[in-house]
Amino acid sequence: MSALRQIAFYGKGGIGKSTTSQNTLAALADLGQKILIVGCDPKADSTRLILHAKAQDTILSLAAEAGSVEDLELEDVMKIGYKDIRCVESGGPEPGVGCAGRGVITSINFLEEEGAYEGIDYVSYDVLGDVVCGGFAMPIRENKAQEIYIVMSGEMMAMYAANNISKGILKYANSGGVRLGGLVCNERQTDKELELAEALAGKLGTKLIHFVPRDNVVQHAELRRMTVMEYAPDSKQADEYRQLATKIHANAGQGIIPTPITMDELEDMLMEHGIMKQVDESIVGKTAAELAAAAA
Amino acid sequence: MSLTAEDIKARNKEMIQEVLSVYPEKTAKRRAKHLGTFEEGKPDCGVKSNIKSIPGVMTIRGCAYAGSKGVVWGPIKDMIHISHGPVGCGQYSWAARRNYYIGTTGVDTFVTMQFTSDFQEKDIVFGGDKKLEKIIDEIQDLFPLNKGISVQSECPIGLIGDDIEAVSKKKSKEYGGKTIVPVRCEGFRGVSQSLGHHIANDSIRDWVFDKEATQKTEFQSTPYDVAIIGDYNIGGDAWASRILLEEMGLRVIAQWSGDGSLAELENTPKAKLNVLHCYRSMNYISRHMEEKYGIPWVEYNFFGPSKIAASLREIASHFDDKIKEGAEKVIAKYNAMMQAVVDKYRPRLEGKKVMLFVGGLRPRHVIGAYEDLGMEVIGTGYEFGHNDDYQRTTHYVKDGTLIYDDVTGYEFEQFVEKLQPDLVASGIKEKYVFQKMGFPFRQMHSWDYSGPYHGYDGFAIFARDMDMAINNPIWSKTKAPWK
Repeated sequence: MSALRQIAFYGKGGIGKSTTSQNTLAALADLGQKILIVGCDPKADSTRLILHAKAQDTILSLAAEAGSVEDLELEDVMKIGYKDIRCVESGGPEPGVGCAGRGVITSINFLEEEGAYEGIDYVSYDVLGDVVCGGFAMPIRENKAQEIYIVMSGEMMAMYAANNISKGILKYANSGGVRLGGLVCNERQTDKELELAEALAGKLGTKLIHFVPRDNVVQHAELRRMTVMEYAPDSKQADEYRQLATKIHANAGQGIIPTPITMDELEDMLMEHGIMKQVDESIVGKTAAELAAAAA
Repeated sequence: MSLTAEDIKARNKEMIQEVLSVYPEKTAKRRAKHLGTFEEGKPDCGVKSNIKSIPGVMTIRGCAYAGSKGVVWGPIKDMIHISHGPVGCGQYSWAARRNYYIGTTGVDTFVTMQFTSDFQEKDIVFGGDKKLEKIIDEIQDLFPLNKGISVQSECPIGLIGDDIEAVSKKKSKEYGGKTIVPVRCEGFRGVSQSLGHHIANDSIRDWVFDKEATQKTEFQSTPYDVAIIGDYNIGGDAWASRILLEEMGLRVIAQWSGDGSLAELENTPKAKLNVLHCYRSMNYISRHMEEKYGIPWVEYNFFGPSKIAASLREIASHFDDKIKEGAEKVIAKYNAMMQAVVDKYRPRLEGKKVMLFVGGLRPRHVIGAYEDLGMEVIGTGYEFGHNDDYQRTTHYVKDGTLIYDDVTGYEFEQFVEKLQPDLVASGIKEKYVFQKMGFPFRQMHSWDYSGPYHGYDGFAIFARDMDMAINNPIWSKTKAPWK
């Protein structure tokens, strides 16, 4: 057996991380890889397409019932789904109470101690959109994910987020050895999307691993709580995910330390591609009434 | 050889430079602002204070939780104070600061008991509000004679954003308007325990004074009602103070907070005068009562007969002739006893030099007591004093006194080594260091398990204890005879 690959999917909230990651991992399973998915989002929706379930029991909810995480066994929290993919969800508190970040740390420590990573080829962490605190950076710290794949699109905020996540990777790259595996563009059909994604990848010193086109079959599959790989394995979209999976599989050891750019550079890039117009500094912060008065 | 004040100032300056010279440049620059020499005529002591300690030094300070739970709230004896968070803060603040009290522990008083929510991982992740509710229910079941509850927040409560105010309100309503006080004294707030005092004072204002029930309590006033504010009854200090106020004709309606009760807190806005001992920890609530209820407050000092007499007269000046006469009678009554103490100990202590380092009051307040015994304080400093403390200190210290704010372990050792005082008076963390260096030492937070030191009775004990420390024959044995 080859060495364990630890990968993670990050990206702006709502960008399609869970969908992209589950389809890609299903494709990897089709390639014969043994896979563990660790959902690190309190919403616990990282494994639903693999398990055909609404939401699985999470490590933290089970731990709260049992008393503490030490009272749990691995079998209690791990579910087996499509092509024997093992699934665990960290879970977390309801919005507005407690500390979800601490929950991620607790869960990952538990999985390591219980030997959840033995006998598999891939561990994949699916992390919530914003790395709001240290807890959500847990998967990129020492001895966790080695390759980060950032799911993004041609939307400005998604690119901001990708750049910010690169900053996080840079921070931990020297202490822990985490690398940026590449960008995955999940098409939103914005202007010059492919061009922009490639430009951003270039600025960050990485590559656009794959451009996943938009296809309604993804939604059809999701409604059935399935991946495209399982729902329509012969579809064109399934082939796209297969390509993505193959590229990721071939990408072992190819990760880089990203070179995040400043806000100004990012905006310059958008202007270069004609997405953003040069801002007239004289109108910044002026109300409509003020501008009308100035024009008069 | 006797040094003039100018010689001393020059020596101090040189010594401070030498001590600072081992620090990295930036640290030396920052610490330099906290070290100095008092110059006669200046409005303060010329040092900065109430600033964050530097990482890497050994500071003697505590945290906001210590200021609230350990100092202000902890001694309120008929309330239960929950150390809310992981077990350590509660464990290490168990049993309080020797705040003596009357009552049956575990039945109607609870000071030396320890209540904690003992946070576990799941309480952090899912929040501890439900656990807090359960604890309050259990307290009601197990200790039905408790008069109120305070929730003392440890650090994680603020980090995870638990809504202890909502729980307190809900449970208060459920238990018929019971006083339940949420205190946001998370340890990471502020630079020392000082902010914890302030937060605790504010929580009394908001959750005790402003309660509807409090405002309806019946109370029969007299023209001579005073409240003792800022006496924690360490070793019985407040009792030794209270009797003097009572002997001069006043009625003490509350003790804040040593041997204090919730009812006393509630009744304090009915006082005619608040007499304030520890200015640092309770000036906030005194100012509030002055603004809101028009109650004047006066600082006093019950260490040593000189200051006691001056303070009794100062307090009496706020009342009629009957009280003024009462004060004179009290002073006269104890005069002979005080003279006997001074006659006995002064010959043994005359000229002995003292270096102090205490919290927020005693670095100035005890100076008079030492001087009554013919001793001299050559250096002093505050753990968590503010500039107004250093201003007040100018009335106590002599020209040329060495001043060290938030002194580090290293600096204090160096100063003592160089100045060779006859007594170091500070806290438990310092005690054994200096004793091993061969210096007589007294703890000035806990009175070294002795006390009281306040009042006339206290002075007799103070004098005995200082003599015991300084003139202990052991100190003649600390040098090897062949050296």
